[in-house]
Amino acid sequence: MSMPVWLDDVLWTYQTLIHDLGINGLLALSMYVVLAAGQLSLGQAAFMGLGAYSGALLTMKAGLPFWLVLPGSCVAPVVFALAIGVPTLRLSGVYLAIATIGLGEVLRSVYLNVDYVGGALGLNGIPERAETWMIFGLLGLATAGLFLVGRSRFGRAMEAMREDAMAASAMGINVARYHLMALVTSAVLAGLSGCLAAHESSFIGPNEYGFEPAVTILSFALLGGIGNPFAPVAGAWFLTLLPELMRDLPDIRLALNGVIIVLAVLFLPRGLLGWRMKRAAVGRGA
Amino acid sequence: MLLTTSGLTRRYAGLVAVDGVDLAIAQGGIHSVIGPNGAGKTTLFNLLTGLVEPSDGIISFGGADITALPAHRRAGLGIARTFQNIRLFRGMSVLENVLTGLHPRLSASMLSTVLRLPGFRAEERAAVERAAAALELVGIAHLADAPSEDLAYGDQRRLEIARALVCQPRLLLLDEPAAGMNPAETVALAELVRRIAATGTTVLLVEHDMGFVMGLSDSVSVLNFGRLIFTGSPRAVRSEPAVVEAYLGARLAAKLRATHGE
Repeated sequence: MSMPVWLDDVLWTYQTLIHDLGINGLLALSMYVVLAAGQLSLGQAAFMGLGAYSGALLTMKAGLPFWLVLPGSCVAPVVFALAIGVPTLRLSGVYLAIATIGLGEVLRSVYLNVDYVGGALGLNGIPERAETWMIFGLLGLATAGLFLVGRSRFGRAMEAMREDAMAASAMGINVARYHLMALVTSAVLAGLSGCLAAHESSFIGPNEYGFEPAVTILSFALLGGIGNPFAPVAGAWFLTLLPELMRDLPDIRLALNGVIIVLAVLFLPRGLLGWRMKRAAVGRGA
Repeated sequence: MLLTTSGLTRRYAGLVAVDGVDLAIAQGGIHSVIGPNGAGKTTLFNLLTGLVEPSDGIISFGGADITALPAHRRAGLGIARTFQNIRLFRGMSVLENVLTGLHPRLSASMLSTVLRLPGFRAEERAAVERAAAALELVGIAHLADAPSEDLAYGDQRRLEIARALVCQPRLLLLDEPAAGMNPAETVALAELVRRIAATGTTVLLVEHDMGFVMGLSDSVSVLNFGRLIFTGSPRAVRSEPAVVEAYLGARLAAKLRATHGE
């Protein structure tokens, strides 16, 4: 079974872009999980960085095979999600956002100052082991999983919490537990995408996971919407393709992200894919 | 006694909202808490459901001390409530709101949910049937698929009751269920509360509509400035001079006498 030559050319030419679509889709989902449960985290880039660094080290220093590196790269993000989540989730509002911004900045200076992880130069020569099918396989699994979980008591609990946390707790929903569950899931997804990104681009550096990418990831979900898991992926794809269409104006990219967030909030409060998924797995009379 | 409190107290800076309340709610029947605005009725409900922590005192439910239990655990034990200012989950449909009320009774695992195993599907089907039955009971089954925020005011109150009822609580707390309802709706609501009590659920309600309270309640407790000043039958409350004259006020006392021909 051989590919037509033109398709092979397209894949070869745009391989990095295609991979970015998948990786950014996973990042958008990691943001979605937290927003859908009514929390605001700006730590997605930090979790991604933890996945990228720990994954790259597992490959380069420990010499583990990629099928072990991928799940292994989720450990550090999950540990940090628990470390941040347990003390802050009992509080409400912006505390988690502030704590996660802090996490990103702390980790950045750790990467910069620890020679074992490459210091300011970052890590070079990471083997390119992330295949297209892995990236899109994980994206497909994550999207389907979140869709199925969304149409169950878990999805209902999370949407209820987002709307009214106090009423939700009076309905028997353990709000703190679901918040933590969402944050840990989001750390896993971000960690996976970081590990895939590191094994796709062969280089990672300390400045790739700071505040700017955190805001970009937030804009994926805000632009796409949080009514269903396909929406944030659509937002990520839109914002990933957009700069490619304006290659001559690379400096405008960040400013444009900001403008798009403002426009989305003003004119598309529900996002590009604004439909809201149903929350029951069966219909009435079924 | 299904529910008792002893010395239940909630202090805010410079204010004692609930002050040493010893409440005893018997199993079964309809019980009311009345009192003027600011008497501490809603704070009392928030204390009973775990949304506010007591400064002092003990709450027992079904013989067990629940003072330290968080709100979601109390719901799991069978304490359900509605809110004075309706708190539906906006954006979710009527049916989904009721299904959310069933949360403590659902137990399918995450794995079973993702794989759509038979156990999950059976539980979900049964949940939808129970939710539909709760909507039927409160009379809004035909609105199941409507967005909850589109409902008329009275129907939103009914939806809140269905959401609280669906997990068959042992104790149902209704916070001013008749507020904002017209007389016909209030009569229908009283009928609904009687039907709920007839299924074995103990009802505790806070209400300002005295006709509603007196016609419905097996016992009435009177709060004033956070203190429980009287508990008894509606007849006893009506004829208690301290309550009627000093507390309910002369005007309402006259109105009650006119309504009930006493």
